[in-house]
Amino acid sequence: MQPILQEYFPAFADTIWVLMKIVAIVIPLMISVAYLTYFERKVIGYMQGRLGPNRVGYFGLLQPIADALKLLFKEIIVPTKSSKALFYLAPVLTIAPAFAAWAVIPFNAELVLADINAGLLYVLAMTSIAVYGVIIAGWASNSKYAFLGSMRSAAQIVSYEIAMGFTLVGVLMCANSLNLGDIVAGQSGGILQWYVWPLFPLFIIYFISAVAETNRAPFDVAEGESEIVAGFHVEYSGMAFAVFFLAEYANMILVSVLAALMFLGGWLSPTALIPDGIHWLLIKTAALLFFFLWFRATFPRYRYDQIMRLGWKIFIPITLVWIIFIGAMMQTSYNGMFH
Amino acid sequence: MAEIKNYTMNFGPQHPAAHGVLRLVLEMDGEVIQRADPHIGLLHRATEKLAENRTYLQSVPYMDRLDYVSMMVNEHAFVMTIEKMMNIKVPIRAQYIRVLFDEITRILNHLLWLGAHALDVGAMTVFLYAFREREDLFDCYEAVSGARMHAAYYRPGGVYRDLPDLMPQYQAANNKSKKEMDRLNNNRQGSLLDFIEDFSNRFPTYVDEYETLLTDNRIWKQRTVGIGVVTPERAIALGMTGPMLRGSGVEWDLRRKQPYEVYDKMKFNIPVGKEGDCYDRYLVRMEEMRESNKIIKQCISWLRDNPGPVISKDHKVAPPRRQEMKEDMEAMIHHFKLFTEGFHIPEGEAYCAVEHPKGEFGTYIISDGANKPYRLKIRAPGFPHLAALNEMTQGHMLSDLVAIIGTQDIVFGEIDR
Repeated sequence: MQPILQEYFPAFADTIWVLMKIVAIVIPLMISVAYLTYFERKVIGYMQGRLGPNRVGYFGLLQPIADALKLLFKEIIVPTKSSKALFYLAPVLTIAPAFAAWAVIPFNAELVLADINAGLLYVLAMTSIAVYGVIIAGWASNSKYAFLGSMRSAAQIVSYEIAMGFTLVGVLMCANSLNLGDIVAGQSGGILQWYVWPLFPLFIIYFISAVAETNRAPFDVAEGESEIVAGFHVEYSGMAFAVFFLAEYANMILVSVLAALMFLGGWLSPTALIPDGIHWLLIKTAALLFFFLWFRATFPRYRYDQIMRLGWKIFIPITLVWIIFIGAMMQTSYNGMFH
Repeated sequence: MAEIKNYTMNFGPQHPAAHGVLRLVLEMDGEVIQRADPHIGLLHRATEKLAENRTYLQSVPYMDRLDYVSMMVNEHAFVMTIEKMMNIKVPIRAQYIRVLFDEITRILNHLLWLGAHALDVGAMTVFLYAFREREDLFDCYEAVSGARMHAAYYRPGGVYRDLPDLMPQYQAANNKSKKEMDRLNNNRQGSLLDFIEDFSNRFPTYVDEYETLLTDNRIWKQRTVGIGVVTPERAIALGMTGPMLRGSGVEWDLRRKQPYEVYDKMKFNIPVGKEGDCYDRYLVRMEEMRESNKIIKQCISWLRDNPGPVISKDHKVAPPRRQEMKEDMEAMIHHFKLFTEGFHIPEGEAYCAVEHPKGEFGTYIISDGANKPYRLKIRAPGFPHLAALNEMTQGHMLSDLVAIIGTQDIVFGEIDR
C-alpha cells in the first residue's frame, strides 16, 4: 500500500498513510464502543434476570445502531443563558483525548501508530485533559445539577489520577521504559513474567482507579443518576450527549487495554506453547471490561467524600509503600523478580 | 469581596429520586444541606372530599389509590372503621384472609421500598430482583380480586369473595415453548393457598439474596450507617410510626399493641433497631419481611383447615349471594338498595388504625347518619415522616438526602391524598 501511495502522491504519501492508519484504529474503536454498550445492557440484563435488548435485529444486535441513529436525529438543545461556544466545545474536549490516546497503544509488536518513547506519559496527559471537557460541560450548562456534577468529577479525577500515576511508576520501575511496546516486551516469557504478580497491589489499585477515572459505577458520582440526575451532561441532548457517552466507553476500553498491556502482558500468550497475537490483547481487554459491567450491576454508589477518602487515604499510601518496597527489593538479590 | 452565600436548589418534582412528585427546596452550602423544605400537594386528588359525596362502598377503591404500593392495608383501615361504627361482626375466616393479605401487602410494600432505596443509593440489581418477587404477589392479588394493584377486595363485613380453588395459569403463547410454559405454571397447579405457600417457602432465600448484595456490603454500610439518625425521643415527638419508629429502637407495633383481626393469635417478632439510622431501618424492614412470611405461613395452615363464610350475613352491609337473589325477593331488594343507596352509618364518629407497612394508617369517620361520611380524615404515616425530613437531613450531603428519602419509604399517594 505504502509504495503505491509513494508512486501516485509523492508529496502527501506519508500524511495519507498516517490518516489511513488513524481510520483503521478509530473505526474498529467506534464499533467496539457501540457494541460495548450492547454488551453492557445484555450482561447486566442477564445478571438482573432480564433479557436486555432483543428487538432490533437478531438478539438485538442492531440496537446500538438504532440508538445512534435516534440520537443523531434529535435536536441539540442549548439551555438559555448557557455559554454557547463552551457548551459545544465540551463534548469535543471529552472525546478528542479519549481517541487521541489510542495513538500510542501497541496492538502487537509492530502494529502501533506512533511508537514514541514517552508513550505512557502521553497516555496520562491525554486522559487528564478529558476532565476539562467535563468541567466545561458543567460550567457551560448554566445548571446547578450540572455544576455539582462537574465539581465532583474534577475533584475525583484529579485525586485518582495521582493514585493511577503512582501505580504506573511501579510498572516503569520494572520495565525501565516509558514505551508501551517495551513494557510489553519486558513481560515476555510466559504468564509468570507478567507484571501483575510482583505488582499485584498496584494492579488492583490501578484497576479501581481506572473505574473511578472513567466515572463508572460505583464511582459514578459525577453522573449520580439518582442524586444529580445525570450530572455534568444533564443539559445535553442528541448527538452532544452521545459524544459524552462515546467518550466514556472509549475511555473504558482505553484503560482496560492499558491494564492489559502494563500488567497482563498485552499481546503475549500465557505460555510458550501457544503463539502470541493481537487476539490475546483483545481477550484480556474484554475480560477486564466485563469487570466494569459486573461492578455496575453489583455495587451501590459511593458518596463523593467517601471516594476522596478512599483515594487519598488508602490508595495513595499503599502505592507509595509498594513503590518503595519494589525499589528496595531491586537492590537485593531478588531483583530478578522485577524484570 | 463578594459575600459567600448559600444557594438554593430545586430538587424535583421531576427527579429520579423524588419518589413520585416530591419537590424539595434545598438550601445548600456546597454539597451540604442546610435546610430542606418539602413542598407537597402535587398529587393531591381530594380523596377525603370525594368520599363525602360517595357511599361508603364506593369509597373503598379510593383507599387503594392512597398508598398505591400497599393497597389492601389502606382498605383495611377504612372498612375497619365502618365495621366499628356499625358493630358488624366479621367472620373469622375473613379475618384470617385479611391478615394474610395484609402481610402479603407488607411484603409487596417492603420489596418496593427495598428496590427503590437501593436504586437511590446506586445498587440497581436489587430493584429488579425485588420486582421479580412482586410479580408473584401481584398474581395473588389478581387471583382474589381480578385486579393486580387496586384490588377493592376488603369490604365492610368481610372480603369480597373466598380464596379461589384454582390458581390462574399462564396461557400458551407462541413465543413460549412447552417447557417454558410448564416451568411458569409449575407452582400454579393447585389452589391460591398452594401458590402462596410455595411462595412463602421460596421467599426467605430471596431475602437472603438481597441481603448478600447489601447487608455486608461496605459501600452500602458507608452510605447508610450514621445517616439520618433519629433518637427514640425525637422519633416519638415527630409522630413517626412503623419501621421509622422501630428503627430508632421503640418497640411499637399496632399489631401487638392494639391487636385487630386475628393478630393476637399470630406468633411473630417485632424487630427493632438500635441506632436509628438508615442502616437500622433497613435491617428492621428486612426482618419484617421475614416475620410477615411467618404470619403468612400461619394463616395458610389455618385457612386450609377452616372453611366458612368470608363476608357478613347481614345483607344491610354485605350483598346477598347471586343465587339467593334469583329466588328471594328480599335479597333482591337488599342488593338493589345496597348498590344504589348504600348503607347508612348511625350518627357518631370513630377512628381505626392499622399497622400499615409504613406506619400507623388510620381513618377517622364522622357520620351524620347519612349513607356517606360527613367527614373522612385519613392519617397517612408518610406525612409526619416527610415533615421530619428537614431535621433528618440537616448537615448531611446531597447523596445522603437521597438515601434518607429512600429510607423514609415515601409514597405521595398517601401524603398528598
